[in-house]
Amino acid sequence: MPKLIPVADDVSKPFWDAVNQRRLVLQHCAACGKLQYPPQQACQVCGSARDLGWKEVSGRGHIATSIVIEDGRLNRRMPDQPYNLAMVTLDEDPTVNFYSNLPGTPPYEAPVGAAVEVTFEEVAPGQLIHEWRVVGEG
Amino acid sequence: MATPSSYGWRHDQDGLGVWEHRGKVAVAGFGHSPVDRRWDGVSLDTTIGAYSILACQKAMDDAGVTADQIDGVICCDSHIAGASGGSASRWAPRPYFDPPYDSELGLTLVNGEWLVKTMGLKNVKFAPTGVPTIGEMVGMAAQAVADGMCSTCLVIYPCGNLEGRYRRGGENADDYARGARQWTVPWGNHGGNDFINIFPHNQYCLRYGGHHDDVAPFVINQHKNGMLTPWGYNATHGVEPITVEEYKESRFILNPLRIWDCDRPVQASTAYLFTTAERAQDMRQPPVYVLNHSQHSFKQKSTQADLDEIELWTDRAAQRMYEGAGLGPADVDIFNPYDGYSIMAQFFLEAFGWHGVKRGDAFAFYAGDISVKGPHPFSSSGGNLGTGRLRTAMYTDSIEQLRGQAGARQVTVRAETALAAFTTPPSGGWIMFGKHPS
Repeated sequence: MPKLIPVADDVSKPFWDAVNQRRLVLQHCAACGKLQYPPQQACQVCGSARDLGWKEVSGRGHIATSIVIEDGRLNRRMPDQPYNLAMVTLDEDPTVNFYSNLPGTPPYEAPVGAAVEVTFEEVAPGQLIHEWRVVGEG
Repeated sequence: MATPSSYGWRHDQDGLGVWEHRGKVAVAGFGHSPVDRRWDGVSLDTTIGAYSILACQKAMDDAGVTADQIDGVICCDSHIAGASGGSASRWAPRPYFDPPYDSELGLTLVNGEWLVKTMGLKNVKFAPTGVPTIGEMVGMAAQAVADGMCSTCLVIYPCGNLEGRYRRGGENADDYARGARQWTVPWGNHGGNDFINIFPHNQYCLRYGGHHDDVAPFVINQHKNGMLTPWGYNATHGVEPITVEEYKESRFILNPLRIWDCDRPVQASTAYLFTTAERAQDMRQPPVYVLNHSQHSFKQKSTQADLDEIELWTDRAAQRMYEGAGLGPADVDIFNPYDGYSIMAQFFLEAFGWHGVKRGDAFAFYAGDISVKGPHPFSSSGGNLGTGRLRTAMYTDSIEQLRGQAGARQVTVRAETALAAFTTPPSGGWIMFGKHPS
């Protein structure tokens, strides 16, 4: 799949650096304990910027729901249509969620409620993105 | 002529109490341009500028005021063909025409300054820049008139559409995902209210039971209402309502979201005339009073808003509106929520508890009688789905219903208050109108 290639910025660089090492790390606020994704300048719960650090997480989650993109607007993804777009919640904190195309799962067959685990996919030489693969039944 | 940057017109906090200017501002006129599917790029009498001038003139005529009486112009300067279309909508360099069409302004863009100059509105003292979309600008107008920033104010919402431009090209043609898009587009979410709402909608179906296609009766009723709305796209182009079977056989966009769940982008402009309740007494039409305006901008916790967040946000928006208007669900006669995608409406309907509808009840409500002549005339405007992406049907219908001038669309139930919005669950605004000032 010719997925779009993320361009890291100052805030997201540690995240993408970790992904490129096949690790999933999220912002973690030492003040209030909240995990945060996508990365931001400050904790969106308590507002602290100085207490934000990075924490590696298990990479396990569940499919909350899923759609199939049949007529999207991204030129680079049009050849892939139809494809799954799932909303995956993180087991450590289900208020944290991710998108996934569920590699290995055919379109229209996303098992809602199923367990997933993180995997990594190369979208450009040296640039990975985090993806999620089904490991359990819905 | 510009707005002071510190002008705090918004009502976007919880617990503000009853709006201090409740009933002191009125809408005295409205005007609609024709609604075309697209601008052909050639005809100068159908540009978004020409249509905006026409809409303004109609609104002034409706109210019975003249150009020299206008002292405020609030024009949204973000159009589908303009900024809100992203880089995909930028117009290619090309020759221009004679003034006033000697730049992009007037052709595919409109702003207050261009309108003031082109229409010769010499007495305008309030024409802010950076005006938000219609959902918020009606609140801006109400507050500006109430605060004395102006007293007779044109409010213009242009909505343009160009061949092949809608969300095409620009950053959607890019191979890279920059800024906030690095968290969405690699997986296929190019942004928009369809993506915001389809996941919570799926969760809704799981939580409360039901199927996506249970929205079909609502979509079809919007089409029917649209055919009763003479200034909308469907009525002026003879777009007959589809059947349930046609709905269920229609193609998917974001499965389960179908083509008929999406509105039709159009080229049109709408104008309203806001003034003080006192001045409105001497104008041509019965005043429609503003009982409250409110705005909201909520931030999701993670990549994708979920159903819990959507329900919380819409509950808070409803609470703000009811508190500011000093009214409750049983007091609202006309209810015109936004329906740019059909799957948003249920969240608003249930949050505002219109006609007693509670969380999880919307599909059963849709299956009942929601026609304009029945006991529950939901979205009597036809909304975007029934009139095209004007984003103003909700407001105009509310005004017409309270005036008793909705014609074949006039409801048979009481029509003394009306709620209207162009809003998504996370951001936008609501406005409450009243036939009476209190």
